[in-house]
Amino acid sequence: MIHSRRVRSTPRERTGSTDRGIVSKAEWRQRRVRWSMRLLHGATLIFLLVVGLGPLLWMMKASITPTQDTLRNPMALWPNGFDLGQLATAWSRTHIDRYLWNTVVIAFGSWAVQLLVATTGGYALSVLRPRFSGLLTGLVIATLFVPPIVLLVPLYLTIVDVPFLHLRMIDSYWAIWLPAGASAVNVVLVKRFFDNLPREIFEAARVDGAGPFRLFRSIVLPMSKPILGVVSVFAVIATWKDYLWPFLVLRNPNLQPLSVRLPTLAPTTDLGVFIAALTISSVIPIVLFLIFQRLFLSGEGLSGAVKG
Amino acid sequence: MSSISDALPVSEHVARRGWLRRRLTRDGLSTLVFLLPLLVVFGLFAWFPILRALVMSVQETNLVSTPTFVGLDNFATVIADPQFRMAVVNTAWFAFLALVVGFPIPIILAVLMSEVRRGRGIYSALAYLPVVVPPVVSVLLWRFFFDASNNGVFNSILRAVGLGPLPWLQSAATAMPSIVIEATWANAGATVIIYLAALVSVPPELYDAADVDGASVWQKIRNITLPSIRNVLFLTLILQLIATAQLFTEPLLFTGGGPNNSTLTVLLLIFRYAFQNSLGGDYGLAAALSLMLAAFLAVFTAGYYRLTRSWSTSS
Repeated sequence: MIHSRRVRSTPRERTGSTDRGIVSKAEWRQRRVRWSMRLLHGATLIFLLVVGLGPLLWMMKASITPTQDTLRNPMALWPNGFDLGQLATAWSRTHIDRYLWNTVVIAFGSWAVQLLVATTGGYALSVLRPRFSGLLTGLVIATLFVPPIVLLVPLYLTIVDVPFLHLRMIDSYWAIWLPAGASAVNVVLVKRFFDNLPREIFEAARVDGAGPFRLFRSIVLPMSKPILGVVSVFAVIATWKDYLWPFLVLRNPNLQPLSVRLPTLAPTTDLGVFIAALTISSVIPIVLFLIFQRLFLSGEGLSGAVKG
Repeated sequence: MSSISDALPVSEHVARRGWLRRRLTRDGLSTLVFLLPLLVVFGLFAWFPILRALVMSVQETNLVSTPTFVGLDNFATVIADPQFRMAVVNTAWFAFLALVVGFPIPIILAVLMSEVRRGRGIYSALAYLPVVVPPVVSVLLWRFFFDASNNGVFNSILRAVGLGPLPWLQSAATAMPSIVIEATWANAGATVIIYLAALVSVPPELYDAADVDGASVWQKIRNITLPSIRNVLFLTLILQLIATAQLFTEPLLFTGGGPNNSTLTVLLLIFRYAFQNSLGGDYGLAAALSLMLAAFLAVFTAGYYRLTRSWSTSS
């Protein structure tokens, strides 16, 4: 995550006459090389389509194929019949609609808390810089070194009985939203971005009489859209993927997100309907990915990898 | 202080910055307001639980009785537990398999993809797509693929080429390799993208020089491409080891640790100690094992941050 900026800037350096890869232009001109490269690329594409995309295509096919067909001949390329009803049944009868909504609510809250903590914290540590900000930054970064598993049990006990406040947050979305905010990666990313904003603008705003709040809202936040976009997309995807934590703190099935409900639905649900439910669960992350492809594929995904 | 800085010929930038800082910190209350969300959230849900983990590891503690100090008993109990040995061996086995299968595939894919001139975006998107599918969905989908009956998805593919049927998740010998296959499918795309970014930043002059020397494509890959991305390869190796040591969702949902504890991982054991204990959670044991794993991972984590730090300062 620390060197993501470096990684990201590199593809653009490869333009103009120096644009070449391992195989040189002269080699490309040889017919043998050209054809073997085309063959290799074709093979790569087929491999990615069959192995990478294949399982997902199969899932989509099976979600509209009658269960009996899927069971009898799972590898049939073209189903005997279509049963769009499975998607509808999954949506309404299996209450995927409710669990999807729960997932959306959880993701939205986590996103809001993460953004609030990262922007206000990053602003205080980068721009306002109180005397102990160095120490505080160190304490935030220190949590990066602690693997999440260490926190699992003590964090769970904290949720059961929040210290000083003596609240029980089991079966409350706050149990997911608030801990999501304690993301050192976010704070560090946002703080670094703020560090690189031109100080002259802050001074000018100061001279014009803007206080810390005005500076934050009217200058710093509007200038930070790129980094806030990155943090937002990864926050939503990470929450969508999360399983263990919501599984532990949300006991009431009516409150659980899709990731927690799906495994318990599996044994009691008709296969076709269940796979339809799996398809519905993947739609939003996949659509988000397709919209924000650049963000994921530019090396910024490295920060997601560190986080996950 | 201010008189000194006024008298000294400090650079204009530093002076202005100091002025900004004084003006802003004079308003201590608003600084506190901005810091409050961070302090509350990190205090309650990061710093406090970390300290608590340390304390709990030397306590006998469950939710019912008051915690008592037991020294290093928890660590001794964990180490003496036969399940602990199984979990460590299984996790190491998974890490090894994941390395053998999961490490070369992204390198090969990325090298091939880096040579694509047109439509590389499509290749990247295809490679990355499985990564964005929620892990629970992938696991539940693949659990069906791994169906051990003759009509299971993978078994029908094997039958088509005259092999199988394999028991997949049903047998102790094939359960872990099956999980490795799914995990590689689900995660390889992220690594491909990292390598791809590294590959396109290899200076083209190096290849030009190799061409002048008459190097073959294979020689160029071995002597230029792979050495150039050596650092990134090492980095992803560390990341992968850290991730594999924390394998949890897959064995829980695929097999629940079975058959015969053959897919019981360290994380699954922590989970069992804390949350699947018929006698009520033994949080002390769970904390002790968590800390042992963390200490082990700290070596890798420290190496990772050292590497990234030295790169970002050298560039």
